[in-house]
Amino acid sequence: MKKFVRIEQVGQTFDTRKGPFVALRDIDLTVEQGEFITLIGHSGCGKSTLLNLIAGLTRPTSGVLLCAEREITGPGPDRAVVFQNHSLLPWLTCFQNVHLAVERVFGATEKRAQLAERTRAALDLVGLLPAQNKLPREISGGMKQRVGIARALAIEPGVLLMDEPFGALDALTRSHLQDELLKIVGKTRTTTIMVTHDVDEAVLLSDRIVMLTNGPAATIGEILPVPLARPRDRVRLANDPTYLACRAGVVDFLHRRYGNPERSQPAAPAPATLAVVPPLEEAGATRAAA
Amino acid sequence: MSTVTITRRGDDFAALWRERLESALKAVVGPVAGFALFVLVWQVVAMRITEIPTPGVTWHAAVELFADPFYDNGPNDKGIGWNLLASLERVAAGFGLAAVVGIPVGFAIGRYAAVRSMFSPIVSLLRPVSPLAWLPLGLLLFKAANPAAIWAIFICSIWPMIINTAVGVSRVPQDYLNVARVLNLSEWKVTTKVLLPAVLPYMLTGVRLSIGTAWLVIVAAEMLTGGTGIGFWLWDEWNNLKVEHIVIAIFVIGIVGLLLETLLVALARRFTYTEE
Repeated sequence: MKKFVRIEQVGQTFDTRKGPFVALRDIDLTVEQGEFITLIGHSGCGKSTLLNLIAGLTRPTSGVLLCAEREITGPGPDRAVVFQNHSLLPWLTCFQNVHLAVERVFGATEKRAQLAERTRAALDLVGLLPAQNKLPREISGGMKQRVGIARALAIEPGVLLMDEPFGALDALTRSHLQDELLKIVGKTRTTTIMVTHDVDEAVLLSDRIVMLTNGPAATIGEILPVPLARPRDRVRLANDPTYLACRAGVVDFLHRRYGNPERSQPAAPAPATLAVVPPLEEAGATRAAA
Repeated sequence: MSTVTITRRGDDFAALWRERLESALKAVVGPVAGFALFVLVWQVVAMRITEIPTPGVTWHAAVELFADPFYDNGPNDKGIGWNLLASLERVAAGFGLAAVVGIPVGFAIGRYAAVRSMFSPIVSLLRPVSPLAWLPLGLLLFKAANPAAIWAIFICSIWPMIINTAVGVSRVPQDYLNVARVLNLSEWKVTTKVLLPAVLPYMLTGVRLSIGTAWLVIVAAEMLTGGTGIGFWLWDEWNNLKVEHIVIAIFVIGIVGLLLETLLVALARRFTYTEE
């Protein structure tokens, strides 16, 4: 397998009014082509910061990120992003929202009919072809998120980046979309990196779960492989011993070894770098890292 | 409302109609009472101060005036219709020019910090100045009354347009801009597909504020420049001591201003997107 995304010694420090704030440090991660990775950790641990770095929306203060052996210097169509709040343009129909992305990436090389065909194919992939002429306000939250996924997949990205894509949805819609995402990614074999705070979601979808320690100065605490065969079925997995073991591993990491920073002190000793970081308000820290 | 459900259908129907009639009456009663009171006070004042025409006299003068609004007896004696049209024409011209200049400038100020830091102080400095203060400069520049009046309208309309467009651009949700960034959209696409639709409601607010001031300013400007126009006409009728015509002019200006405002509110509603 080709190593597709490489993150080497990446750190991210934000300049805040109260001095520098270290959000991430010493991140080393290699993602192989076709792999499904989830980033999990408590809120404020810098999961989204890491995803934004891969997306190229922000630049790291130290270290280097590579995608297909080329340094990531900014956003690009080889890395599509699905945002938490769907981020569809409310004045464009579902078709137009997806078409905007398709046009940008393939507009120079393909004819209009081909672009429209690509757009329809992407909407069909998420089962929303019948709603192509609806405006975002006319469809449900789950459907909006599916359009967001269609927009991301339509440009045939090397990597699909998802920032808590189902976080704002109700539990039933969420599990339905997780199943759909499993099917879609199984079909397209797209390399995916997804931020989540849902343990079951992480185990169900991932090949590997990247667990981050609590911020500030968060880093990768542990990487847990999920050796479950695909295609995966949530009902059959419910009592699968491997599934349960993986789930227990994540829960143990999140709640025993690195307890919720807002409720209790972390069980593990604080990282040494913390000493040089001036104390920062919890709210400010969370905002800077989010 | 539970009583309604247990009554028979006929009663239900009657109750529904009574409810509708009541709400319609409530909507009408207030304004009608207000106007009645207004006319009554006017009548009393007019009876006390004889120089002020009574509502009846004004009404008759108005009927006479609007029987032939488009007569033309030379430059200083034109029908009220011509005067009104002349004013609207000036407002449209000054206003249009202000939109052509102000909206792009507002965009630039909202989008580029360097432009903002350059122009913001100038806008803040000039905005509180009465547009009439610019009128002599207009006369100096254009050496004619009509362009000078248009100039005054231009000046008063441009500030709300610049400011509202700039505010709109700076308030475009970060999510939309992130979409533009991850898709690597060209500046042209960002402007037409993301910024313009997102800013349009703000722009229309600017337009609405502008037209309000423009209509205020044109009356005063025309009093100073003369020629034609509703402001000039009002001043002319003051010189002729036709006080009832002054009162009519006040009403006409009010009604036209209200219509312009209503039109733009409707327009704004049409182009304002809703998120959910």
